[in-house]
Amino acid sequence: MTGPATPQARCRPHDRRLPRVRRSASGWLVAALWLASAGVLHAAKIGDLTEVRWTEQAARFLSMADPAVRHACLGTVLLGVSCGLLGGFLVVRRMALLGDALSHAVLPGVALGFLWNLEKDPLAIFVGALVAGLAGSAVVSWITRTTRLKEDTALGMVLATFFGAGLCLLSMFQRLPTGNKSGIESFLFGQAAALGPGDLQLMGAVTALVVGMLALGYKEFLLVSFDPGFARVLALPTRRLERVLLLLLAFAVVAALQAVGVVLVSAMLIIPAATASLLTDRFHRMLLWSAAIGAVSGLSGAFLSFLGTRLPTGPFMVLSAGVLFGLALLFSPRHGIGPRWIRQRSQRHRVARENTLKAIYQVLESGGFSSEVVPVEALASRRRVDRQAALREVGSLVRAQLATLSDDAVALTPSGWQGACAIVRNHRLWELYLTHAAQIAPDHVHDDAEKIEHVLGEATVRELERRLPRADVDPHGRPIPSVPAADPAMGRRGASATAGDRPVGYGGRS
Amino acid sequence: MTQAGAGSDPAGSAPPLEIHDLTVAYRNKPVLWGVDLAAPAGRLIGIVGPNGAGKSTLIKACMGLLPCASGWVKAFGRPVPESLGRIGYVPQRESVDWDFPVSVMDVVLMGRYGRIGLFRRPSAEDRRIARDCLDQVQMLPFADRQISNLSGGQQQRVFLARALAQESDLYFMDEPFAGVDAATEASIIAILQGLRDRGKTLLVVHHDLPTARDYFDWLLLLNLRVVAFGPTAEVFTPELLQKTYGGRLTLLSEVAEAVQAKAR
Repeated sequence: MTGPATPQARCRPHDRRLPRVRRSASGWLVAALWLASAGVLHAAKIGDLTEVRWTEQAARFLSMADPAVRHACLGTVLLGVSCGLLGGFLVVRRMALLGDALSHAVLPGVALGFLWNLEKDPLAIFVGALVAGLAGSAVVSWITRTTRLKEDTALGMVLATFFGAGLCLLSMFQRLPTGNKSGIESFLFGQAAALGPGDLQLMGAVTALVVGMLALGYKEFLLVSFDPGFARVLALPTRRLERVLLLLLAFAVVAALQAVGVVLVSAMLIIPAATASLLTDRFHRMLLWSAAIGAVSGLSGAFLSFLGTRLPTGPFMVLSAGVLFGLALLFSPRHGIGPRWIRQRSQRHRVARENTLKAIYQVLESGGFSSEVVPVEALASRRRVDRQAALREVGSLVRAQLATLSDDAVALTPSGWQGACAIVRNHRLWELYLTHAAQIAPDHVHDDAEKIEHVLGEATVRELERRLPRADVDPHGRPIPSVPAADPAMGRRGASATAGDRPVGYGGRS
Repeated sequence: MTQAGAGSDPAGSAPPLEIHDLTVAYRNKPVLWGVDLAAPAGRLIGIVGPNGAGKSTLIKACMGLLPCASGWVKAFGRPVPESLGRIGYVPQRESVDWDFPVSVMDVVLMGRYGRIGLFRRPSAEDRRIARDCLDQVQMLPFADRQISNLSGGQQQRVFLARALAQESDLYFMDEPFAGVDAATEASIIAILQGLRDRGKTLLVVHHDLPTARDYFDWLLLLNLRVVAFGPTAEVFTPELLQKTYGGRLTLLSEVAEAVQAKAR
């Protein structure tokens, strides 16, 4: 039998990574506060929504005639892919908060990049943001190394401090009398429509770099993430690999900034990867799913934000990702709530059918198998239910082609007879095993067998047969039936109960 | 000791593992003091000692996973970083996240990564070796399972298969019997003895004294320093064990019983 450790291990929740995702709640809170406080700023634009004909905008978007639309699409797909891939590493390494911290820490760099020549120069902003992000992660590792504070505390502090510094710089910058300030708020919430050719080249280069590096060093990055100690014993350059991963992450975040915005870029790292982890149990497939989900969320975010005038892209992108996550949570074949519910329901129905079959068998048995049909009343009293409920149970058997109903009497089909024999056999074999091998008193075994009979697989039944020297009479003195072969021509009376000297066989159950 | 052989064929002359005056400290608190030892080839060596004796620290320091405050470690007559290719490792089971989305086969293939080389894909031959190793630990039917669906004993066997796939000459194993049922423990020790019989050297951290005597050819009794190191028959004595576990009366009585039971 299965040892006690196995069910325990199986009972472990399937995915302990999910609560980690919720850690980024702080990020969401910040985002919500910002949306609220920026409401005044955006009020005019929300008003625009009603003025713009969204159908026209949708047609404009889908025709792809507008270069701004093409740029937005390409840019959001690129950022979805790179963020999705790197987010996969963050999620499996339980470092979701690092993405959050890194993305907020870049804001002062963005502001300083603006200040560099007082206009939106992609390269200056990229360099500024990169430096600020890496400085933020360096401060985090310095704090964790030199103090007793743990990493999550350090990340939280750095996130808030750098973000605060960035906001101060931005507000100071907005009061400057000179300079082209247009587009600066797109760095907070993202504006895919504002992406220029220069931005796209940058994003393309970053995504190509990310995809190339991960494809080249997939096996090394996997091992460093799974078991860094073992990686070092294999003489892999673990520290360098870690740095490359962090650098790629910083690249991806900074490249995504303008389209998603500082506030929500971490969500584009985490949500697609979390969704992917619900869909597969293998890391390479998870990365591919994550990239695809990132790209789809990016694209739909760009589309939705385009329906209004100058709506921020980031929130729509993240909402799309959130919707995809919700769908995966509900419908993922393996870990989804819906398929699990369906599995449990079909299991319940199977158990109910098996109980009805067993009751029919018992009624037939009490009549010495002299009749081939069971009146519905007899079934109802055996099952201790009323006539209506018994008819419903029979109806379920009829639909499964296990029985036929005529003149208020139930007759089993060959496959129904087979199923009835199998379930009664399971029940009585298990009772016999409990009394025989486990030395349990015969009046204690029935309830246990009521549950076990439905879950015994063929392999277990064979094992029971092997261990029980004489498996023909159960502890209560009733014969244990053998299961007739599936061939209906064999007839059912021929194999009704095991004769004492006949070997006990077990036909395959459907 | 064997400095002369360092330049020539290291396998023949130099001991698989030589430690000289090794001291390791965590935040200035020494957890290992002046460890000196030279492990003979082809032995199954158990490292035993009370909790906090520095057993895991010793093997981690040997492989360079922890910085040494002083001293040096050589494997096959060369500094460890140069001979990592001949060192296999079974870390503690808790050292990794078993919810990680990889299959059993993926994990065992990791044992080949050192031989495959940077940025190259595992070959069909690597896969064959990995399957072979899984078969040795009787885990081949689980090759495509995700690792979170394994029991503790199965996880331990996957780690062992990964170490086997390294095809090393010197193995460090950190509590390979932790959380393992008796049947698995017996099959693991058989595999370790098989490796020993093929001339490999194994250093195994072990926490259960009564079985240590049966399992290992040599024992290293450790408690912040080396209390004794030698063939089990010479080292597994009440006096030396008392020195190792000194002051811990419950353990002492347990050990004394084990020794007595063996003597009878």
